[in-house]
Amino acid sequence: MQATNILILILALGIFAFYIGRGRSLAMAKPLGGIRNLHSLPSYYGAYTALWCALPSTILLCLWMIFDEPLINSLVMGSISDQLADDSLATYNLQLNKISNIAEGILSSRGQSPELLIAADYMSRLQTMSQWSLTALMLCLTMAGLFLGSSKIDPAFRARPVVEKVMQNLLLACACLAIFTTLGIVLSVLFESLQFFRSVPAHEFIFGLEWSPQTAIREDQVGSSGSFGAVPLFVGTLLVSAVAMVVAVPIGLMSAIYLAEYASKSVRAVAKPTLEVLAGIPTVVYGFFAALTVAPFIRDLGTSFGLSVSSESALAAGGVMGIMIIPFISSLADDVITAVPQSMRDGSLAMGATHSETVRRVIIPAALPGIVGGIMLAVSRAIGETMIVVMAAGMAAKLTANPLESVTTVTVQIVTLLTGDQEFDSPKTLAAFALGLMLFTVTLLLNIFALHIVKKYREQYE
Amino acid sequence: MSKPMNNVQKIQHSLTKRKRAETRFRWYGRIAILIGLAAVMMLFTDIISKGHGAFRVTYIQLEVEYDQGLIGVTNLTDPAQLQDGNWGAIPKAALRAKFTDVSGRRDKRKLYGLLSNGAGFDLKDRLVANPLLLGEKERIWILADDDIDTYYKSWLDGEPYAARMSDKQMAWIDQLHNEGNIRLQFNSNLFTRGDSREPEQAGIRGAIMGSLFTLILTLLLSFPIGVSAAIYLEEFAPKNRWTDFIEVNINNLAAVPSIIFGLLGLAIFINFFHVPRSVPIVGGLVLTLMTLPTIIITSRAAIKSVPPSIREAALGMGASKYQMVLHHVLPLALPGMLTGAIIGMAQALGETAPLLMIGMVAFIVDIPAGFTDPATVLPVQIFLWADSPERAFIEKTSAAIMVLLSFLIVMNTTAVWLRKRLERRW
Repeated sequence: MQATNILILILALGIFAFYIGRGRSLAMAKPLGGIRNLHSLPSYYGAYTALWCALPSTILLCLWMIFDEPLINSLVMGSISDQLADDSLATYNLQLNKISNIAEGILSSRGQSPELLIAADYMSRLQTMSQWSLTALMLCLTMAGLFLGSSKIDPAFRARPVVEKVMQNLLLACACLAIFTTLGIVLSVLFESLQFFRSVPAHEFIFGLEWSPQTAIREDQVGSSGSFGAVPLFVGTLLVSAVAMVVAVPIGLMSAIYLAEYASKSVRAVAKPTLEVLAGIPTVVYGFFAALTVAPFIRDLGTSFGLSVSSESALAAGGVMGIMIIPFISSLADDVITAVPQSMRDGSLAMGATHSETVRRVIIPAALPGIVGGIMLAVSRAIGETMIVVMAAGMAAKLTANPLESVTTVTVQIVTLLTGDQEFDSPKTLAAFALGLMLFTVTLLLNIFALHIVKKYREQYE
Repeated sequence: MSKPMNNVQKIQHSLTKRKRAETRFRWYGRIAILIGLAAVMMLFTDIISKGHGAFRVTYIQLEVEYDQGLIGVTNLTDPAQLQDGNWGAIPKAALRAKFTDVSGRRDKRKLYGLLSNGAGFDLKDRLVANPLLLGEKERIWILADDDIDTYYKSWLDGEPYAARMSDKQMAWIDQLHNEGNIRLQFNSNLFTRGDSREPEQAGIRGAIMGSLFTLILTLLLSFPIGVSAAIYLEEFAPKNRWTDFIEVNINNLAAVPSIIFGLLGLAIFINFFHVPRSVPIVGGLVLTLMTLPTIIITSRAAIKSVPPSIREAALGMGASKYQMVLHHVLPLALPGMLTGAIIGMAQALGETAPLLMIGMVAFIVDIPAGFTDPATVLPVQIFLWADSPERAFIEKTSAAIMVLLSFLIVMNTTAVWLRKRLERRW
């Protein structure tokens, strides 16, 4: 790939520039009587030259790669715009795809209309031109940087502060990536969701009781009303998460208490890592386990009691999700329980309380905010969990609170709506982003609140 | 009539009850741990018992003849002839020669069903590699069909699964077995081939290569960026609102559901920047954003564990702040950072949901050779196979899970070992 090659070239030139700069400063220092006459160490002069050489060209390369394709596309489409049948976006994209496929040789040029062939030819010419001019520009820029950088080298030149300032800004940029990621998430889901709410009113989405996202292709089609009421999804998500919590909270909490308060060192050394293995298993494995082992088992068990259990029951998905969350709760609870000061334990024991009474009346109340925070983090995890429910829960949106029936969840619907090829602007696809927005908002609020509680509590004892 | 009790008596009276409550409480804890451990055991035994069979696969020995007339190929170096050759005819003829009494179209189709429908192409590859065989005969082990494979394995275990078998086929297999012409061999296809609709021909090499390329990109991007961000936040960041804001963002991103990162990748990378779908580049970018918080948080912990005296000593000797960080803090914190990177990579290796959003869920037969080839990754392959209706895919899926889990176990053990080995107490 062209861009990778150029990047490697820039990198190589940068290293070369480092040695040029360093060598130049050393050469300057020699007649003066050694490097102690330089303002900065020789490697700083090297780094200074390397920065001049590599940094501007890398930034330009990134910009070029972003703007290259849209620019070429708009030029090509501008050249044939008067031949387009209509100016809808769909026709535009279709023609553009055709042209670029012909230009890349994926689509045979036989039997295509001459206008398209001309446009494709134009496109491939533009692409070649763009690549050559990019290479030439990069070479010029790196070379110019190299010369500029090395010409500035002088024993009195203060290279260290400059280099350190640039580096500090690079580090800051890396740290800010987290903000850009959050911003990107918010903007992408918000933007698409707003588009969705233009075709489906927000209150209908949030309070509607029927979910069937198939939109009609023909007018008279059956069962494709395209209703986007998300309440069944929310209920399904809550049901599965509730089952997961019923499994995970007691087991996770009790094992944390036992490990922190009762277990001998050797038991702890074995049991804790083993439980943590559960946290390291990929969710797709849990999904497979839930769909092929647990769900049939629960169905057969239910049948033997005379209950009708769906083979995609919320119980199976939620139960397995609970198992996944056990180590999450137990390690968080373990942390807060061990953070409770020993003096509180000693006080309670000295008053004659048994160990379990100390745990129940003193340690748990003291650790409660942390435990609640941990549970909330676990809930947000359960709500956002995808693979287990995609593989083990159902697709049909049913409004039910019976864990033996099959329900669907927000994440399942996001995956179903977005996998495979669809048109990007249909309400069906955009609905996935609206669901994503709900999911993001809810988990974000849970996380902020939980982290706040955990942090506040931790400060209290430290 | 009970006597009034004094306090000592009251307490002694309640002691047995309290002691029983104590024992009960302990047992609750033990039971909780046992349930957790049992879940680990069950998960592993279930996967292993389902998947161990997939490492061996059924082969049938036949006498094949590379008859030029039958295949319609005279020159093995001519690609057009190779393309048009009737390769499927070789194993069919071999089967007819073996079971001469079979007649009728339906029976013949059953007979041909004994072998994998890719058998002809395997023979073609063999012939191209050994051109002297053209026109010759040889006895060779040929890959059996997945239904035969399932049946034969279950039959060897004593509980035959014959739902997709006809009586004739079972009789043929009996005959082959008595002659020693059917056996289980190590399933090298599993590790050397890409995906296939036919379970017996499907392998995980494509998925492993896809995972490898995606992870390389993720590591190359997320490790330097994560470490830089951690250095900034620990060593240089002023205590102000902006820094707090960055920290809050990082902590929250660590807890955002992974599927949201998939939506981000779809909307930003694919729809806005027009990165092609299904390629390791876009997968790597999404996983980078996802693993960054993990790497930043662990790297910060590693930097924090370097004692301030080392920093002060460096500064006292006249080092600039950057020299202090680069020459002293970073080398000492590196083991902890590497541990964090490995854990982050393990997380990225097991991640499925965001990759479904960005099209890495396609059916891809070719083994990807670079960052821009359409690819899928190991967990997505598991998801795809788990969805396939063929019974033989259950075994394959479990085997792929075993491979994935062994990768993860190796990575996590390395991380733990590294931490133990390089951990320094100050």
